[in-house]
Amino acid sequence: MAWRDPDEHRRWVLENKSRSLEDKQTNLKEAIAKFLHNGDYIAMGGFGHIRVSMAAIYEIIRQRKRNLVMAGKTGVHDFDTLVASGCVSKAEVAYCFGHELRGLSPASRRAVENGRVKVVAEISNAGFQWRFKAAAMGLPSIPTRVMLGTDTFRHSSAKIMKDPFSGKPICFLPACYPDVVFVHVRRCDKYGNSQIDGIVVEDFELARAARRLIITTEEVIDEEKIRKEPWKTVIPFYLVDAVVEVPYGSHPGNMPYLYYSDEEHMAEWLKLSKTDEGVKQYFEKYVYGVESFEEYLHLIGGDQKLRYLRQVEQLKVPVKAPWKEG
Amino acid sequence: MEMKVEYSTIELMACAASKILDDKKSILVGTGLPIIAAALAQKTHAPNLLIVFEAGGMGPQIPMLPISVGDSRTFYRALMASSMDYVMSTAQLGYVDYSFLGAAQIDMYGNINTTVIGSHEKPKVRLPGSGGANDAGSLCWRTIILMQQNKRKFVEKVDFLTTPGYLSGVGAREKAGLPADTGPYRVITQLGIMGFDEKTKRMTLLSVHPGVTADQVKASTEFKLIVSDNVTVTKPPTEKELEILRTEIDPAGMVLGRR
Repeated sequence: MAWRDPDEHRRWVLENKSRSLEDKQTNLKEAIAKFLHNGDYIAMGGFGHIRVSMAAIYEIIRQRKRNLVMAGKTGVHDFDTLVASGCVSKAEVAYCFGHELRGLSPASRRAVENGRVKVVAEISNAGFQWRFKAAAMGLPSIPTRVMLGTDTFRHSSAKIMKDPFSGKPICFLPACYPDVVFVHVRRCDKYGNSQIDGIVVEDFELARAARRLIITTEEVIDEEKIRKEPWKTVIPFYLVDAVVEVPYGSHPGNMPYLYYSDEEHMAEWLKLSKTDEGVKQYFEKYVYGVESFEEYLHLIGGDQKLRYLRQVEQLKVPVKAPWKEG
Repeated sequence: MEMKVEYSTIELMACAASKILDDKKSILVGTGLPIIAAALAQKTHAPNLLIVFEAGGMGPQIPMLPISVGDSRTFYRALMASSMDYVMSTAQLGYVDYSFLGAAQIDMYGNINTTVIGSHEKPKVRLPGSGGANDAGSLCWRTIILMQQNKRKFVEKVDFLTTPGYLSGVGAREKAGLPADTGPYRVITQLGIMGFDEKTKRMTLLSVHPGVTADQVKASTEFKLIVSDNVTVTKPPTEKELEILRTEIDPAGMVLGRR
């Protein structure tokens, strides 16, 4: 899945990726229409509900992309909604079908249990990010000591070989070069030089593994600010194909140091997604019924809700989590 | 006069799990009961327990229960906000002593399933998958499993072997290529605490919770459970521990439930 011969990928990079500083600012509608194609293998930056480009997810659903293959690397609301909306038909799974502490995902579980979405391979979280790391290094594979002896390995794309130095069995994971990757960052300049506040998760590797990389950002900043603190750049411009400024773009997820996850919204989705009818209602209201992410933000509670989420993040008010009432 | 302290089974499990953790060690934790048990240990006997989250948080001072293993609470006032590659490589290097895991099924060698009930092709119930469990169970020195115990969960054969326990017995982990001398250390359920027999690596009952008998535990296990010659009774939570759990660690009752 998304494996490529490194020489084939190098050739593609030579022919398709520019090394010059160019203004890449655009909007989500155009970026997704231009770079994402039906059938593509996609991966999202961030982790679970944290710093995931949900604005991009909603736009993918709005454009009714089909037959996408998704890297289920702790895929939570992103995976759940892409599956429920019919955009994703196959997945490679490290963690999916759940919402961590909130419980299991009714919609995507229904889809896999009745065959609407197919799990083509299993993998572990470390395994997934090491697949991206191998790609980020321009390698065909990477040796690791996870997954050995298990069904997770038997249902994965990995191979076990004898290590030539220690003589011990070792698990070789194939590199993963996704067609399109979306990463939501705290700030970047118009060329795509990006800074992330807090944990990087696996975006350092994922950004380099991607063929097409779309950056959504809370804020576009001046190039001068990047140059003043270059050690803060975790994704350099030449990897980036599009830059889209989307404040609150991780909603309903968490954006470290800015806003906490919207647990009331999550509770609404978890309740509605218990039935196909509810799923339809959710998408009609929050995705198809709006033209843009700004309109969506208005619907979820506007300025008042966003102020509350900022206060939760700063520990000034307690989090309301209605899903825990069942 | 000794007062009888009221507590729930989940509170007992949290306290029992926290007591296993030695001070000055490191632990890779997930959300829910694991983070609660690790935080309790840190606030009682193990102030120097290093808490690590797979998404990159290292050594945080957790202000409230995180909802996700990557949310901003997992690196609040932390010593390092790193990456998954960093944390998992650190575990592969041998710096991570413990990890807590949950499971839908477990067998006598501590192999666990969190992927699927029924067949993989046509699942009866689809579960989230490995997540970081396979990595933690492969790479950490001692794995501690927290789960409910009954005959459908403590089974002869797991439907899917997601995370390695001792695989097929003594020496099997090393033969498969997993790091030497690692593996499951304890299994804590609502009924008791189990370890693994040195010679056979089979699950062995070590202690029963107050009011539970060894026969009850055996009756809740499909495979043949070895019973230690000196089964003890698990120490119940103290008032102090319960107070910390209820007022400091999970005041909203997100995991421990409302009282």
